Amino acid sequence: MSSEKQERTRSSMDGESKDHPEDIFPLALTSVTQEMFECRADQEVTGDKPYKLLRKDDIVKDLRVRLAVSDFSPVKQIVLNYPEAELLLVYDRDFTYGHNFYLVITVSAKEKILNPQILAEGDKAEDKSSETLVQRASEPHPWVSLGSEREVGEEAVRDSRHKAKYKISRLRREFGTKVCFSDRNSTAEGKYVECPSYQDKRFCIKMLERDIGAQAVADLKTCFTQTLWKYPKSACTQYEPREYTKEEKANFLNLENLETFVKSATSRFEVAIQQNEIMDVFINDLESLSEEEQEEQDDGDKADTDLRVYTSFIEHFCKEKSISHFNWHPTINGVIAVAVTERLSVEERIENSTKLLLNPSFIVFWSFSDTINPLLLLESPADVSAFEFCPSKPNIIVGGCMNGQLVLWDISGQLERLDGGGGKSTLSNRSDTLGFKDKQENETPVLRYCAVSSIESGHKGPITDVQWLPESFEISRTGIPVENRNGMCVQIVTCAPTCCVMFWDIRAPETTQTSSEKRLKEKIKCVENLHGLLNTFRHLDLSWKPILQVHFPKTDSRTEYSPLKISLRESTWSNPLDRALAGTDRSEIPEYSLIRLPSAKHLKPLEDISTKFYIGTEDGELVYTDWRMEEESDSGCLHSVKTSQSFVVHDSQVNTVQRSPFFTDIILTVGGWTFAVWRESIMIDPVIISPCSQERYTAGHWSLTKPGLLFVGREDGDIEVWDLLEKTHEPSKTWNITTSPITCIKPWIVSGKQHLLAVTDQLGHVQILEIPWICRNPSPNEKLRVSELLEKEVERLIYFERRKEMRSKEKEEREAEKHQKTVEPIMLERQVEQIEEEGQKEYEGYLMFERAILKKMGLLQDTVDI
Amino acid sequence: MAEVEETMKRIQSQKGVQGMIIVSAEGIPIKTTMDNSSTVQYAGLMHQLVMKARSTVRDIDPQNDLTFLRIRSKKNEIMIAADKDYFLIVIQNPTE
Repeated sequence: MSSEKQERTRSSMDGESKDHPEDIFPLALTSVTQEMFECRADQEVTGDKPYKLLRKDDIVKDLRVRLAVSDFSPVKQIVLNYPEAELLLVYDRDFTYGHNFYLVITVSAKEKILNPQILAEGDKAEDKSSETLVQRASEPHPWVSLGSEREVGEEAVRDSRHKAKYKISRLRREFGTKVCFSDRNSTAEGKYVECPSYQDKRFCIKMLERDIGAQAVADLKTCFTQTLWKYPKSACTQYEPREYTKEEKANFLNLENLETFVKSATSRFEVAIQQNEIMDVFINDLESLSEEEQEEQDDGDKADTDLRVYTSFIEHFCKEKSISHFNWHPTINGVIAVAVTERLSVEERIENSTKLLLNPSFIVFWSFSDTINPLLLLESPADVSAFEFCPSKPNIIVGGCMNGQLVLWDISGQLERLDGGGGKSTLSNRSDTLGFKDKQENETPVLRYCAVSSIESGHKGPITDVQWLPESFEISRTGIPVENRNGMCVQIVTCAPTCCVMFWDIRAPETTQTSSEKRLKEKIKCVENLHGLLNTFRHLDLSWKPILQVHFPKTDSRTEYSPLKISLRESTWSNPLDRALAGTDRSEIPEYSLIRLPSAKHLKPLEDISTKFYIGTEDGELVYTDWRMEEESDSGCLHSVKTSQSFVVHDSQVNTVQRSPFFTDIILTVGGWTFAVWRESIMIDPVIISPCSQERYTAGHWSLTKPGLLFVGREDGDIEVWDLLEKTHEPSKTWNITTSPITCIKPWIVSGKQHLLAVTDQLGHVQILEIPWICRNPSPNEKLRVSELLEKEVERLIYFERRKEMRSKEKEEREAEKHQKTVEPIMLERQVEQIEEEGQKEYEGYLMFERAILKKMGLLQDTVDI
Repeated sequence: MAEVEETMKRIQSQKGVQGMIIVSAEGIPIKTTMDNSSTVQYAGLMHQLVMKARSTVRDIDPQNDLTFLRIRSKKNEIMIAADKDYFLIVIQNPTE
């Protein structure tokens, strides 16, 4: 059957492998015909585009013209019968039908060839839009065999023979009996057939040819090298610039061409130098102007030009108290120490003296973080009127009391409290763990004083000023400054209105002690160490004596000056920058308790330290004197130098004597109703004196950043800001801070942008204010301008002094002349009288002479009476 | 030699002049009014600058040559007169 099928297919193929299918007619077209019909082979028609539509009319015309010669003659009839106007001519490149062209005879075939896709598309379009065209279902075409049945037949699986059926069963007699299974070794012979693997020879073809790619590459070699450092040795090079020897230099200078060069160059230099001298062409005037304007613009609203209240401290337990003195903590930011005293007048103090002894007085430490609870309280035996932190060790504080005693505190044990910024933070930490608030944490710790001076050898009156001597020198027993080997402040100078200034040393004196005594002392130390006090100043307690007392006798009278405030030339209170710089140098500061007073012989006296200093007194005078002791010629004992200069300038007590932080020889004194600025070398008058104000001035301070600015506090609670460069007849600004007299003003620099001013008053209030931009930013060249201003004033003073001298001289001269003149007229009178007398005498002598002659001549008549 | 001294004094006496150095072509100072270390420093630095400036000028126009160089800084002014064999440096502080 299959063979029949195959025959059939073969026959159908044969049936169609006639010369050509029925609907085409192969044609051979000559080149002339091709040209005529524009169907040249391989030009207009190609293998890709074999179709060419020819117009029937053209063909008919050609037939008529060329008749039997025309190539279309065999198909003449077909063409004539062709229903349509165009016939399809197909280029048969491969000569499949025998000729190079064939003509499609039937319309349907033409359509089929030309428009197969169009038909399909047309079908699709019709399917989609079922409006216009009629759906033409694709007609099934008879299958045309192309030889694929053979392959399909080869691959198909057919039964080649009948399937055999086998049935296996047990012997009938063993049905239902037990089956015995047994094992058999698989390696036993004959029971199984092995199929080992073997090498198929088909796959050991040796590749004799192989395609590989080759590339030419440059010859590369990797290598490295390392210097051998067999012997490590440090080496350095040092070089010197080349220089000429003296002879060579001399030679050069003698050369002529150098001379000519120098001469020619000099003229150019002179022009250039003089140009620079005349005018600085590179200054941008607008720029230097605009800097000042920018400041004002930066301020913005007017509120910035005022002091802004930063914080103020409420003293809940100091109702009736006032503040005598306060200090910023030098190293810890945001901590102020305030000395709180009773607000009583002198009589009241005397009356209530017994009561006062019982009430303790304190120095209160405040921190910015806690405005209600103070950080620390330092207890003192009496009201503290002045106190200072030690500049080299801010844990040591010295205070002067109202009863003349000097007190020392050591707060080294409380440093964490101060650093931490108050009890509040620790409270919050601990309340979580404890669950209930411990009472002790709420209270601020009270620290007792370490040492206090002996009452007999101290001041007799309240100590009004305490200052540390700078660490650069110390004073010996005679007042001579000697070098200070310790590198830190060890001496204090105090003053009281009871007419003396005392120098104290905080070191223990060198004493020779036997070992047993030493042991005893140590035991006592251990036992007496109450209140958690540190043993720093044990050696001074109750036995502290000043090493030097300086009195100030007045030159005219027998009385003495009563100092209130001191200002030393070499002070520790200098520019905060210098202080900060000095602080970083010091790495190790020895403990105070370990230092001993050296004997004066070992130390070298310093020559360049000035021992002169200024004192502001109770009577409003400023005294410039020396603290060195002089030997009296007769007795040989030491006594103070008689004061050289004093000036009465203020009408009342001087409450501030302070050196400017920018100029060491400019001093500010505030007292009474005025303040004055002095220069150290000028002893005539103050350089600048303010006009009398309406209210008393109670406190004053230089600004720390602007050389010409100072703050003055008044009795009515106002602060005046004086800018010496702006105007000196009235304050630049006035701010009202409190209602009670201001006791102390101190500015402080927290950071570049924040400058604070702390103000305390008699009611016990501490106010911290922020200094506005204008008052803290120095204008360009301000220091120069201030110094020029002061120079001008000093020149004025000198000029006036000279004029005064001249005037006094003139006056003297005039007096002398006057005196002389009164003497001269008396002399003249006498002379005139004498002359007259003499004249008279001569006349009389002449008359007698005349008579005598007349007598002689006998002309004299007797009748003439003589 | 006296001439050189005299002219040096003349320049030195002008207002604001801080120092004056005569330097050889190699950059080694011959005569100076300042201390040794600054002299050597100025001479070395200025020598390089003068060489550079001179080559710049001559690059632009080979017939040209550097005669005078003025360096103005914030704090002072350095003036250099250049010759074939020597150069002279003057440091001045202009008016403030």
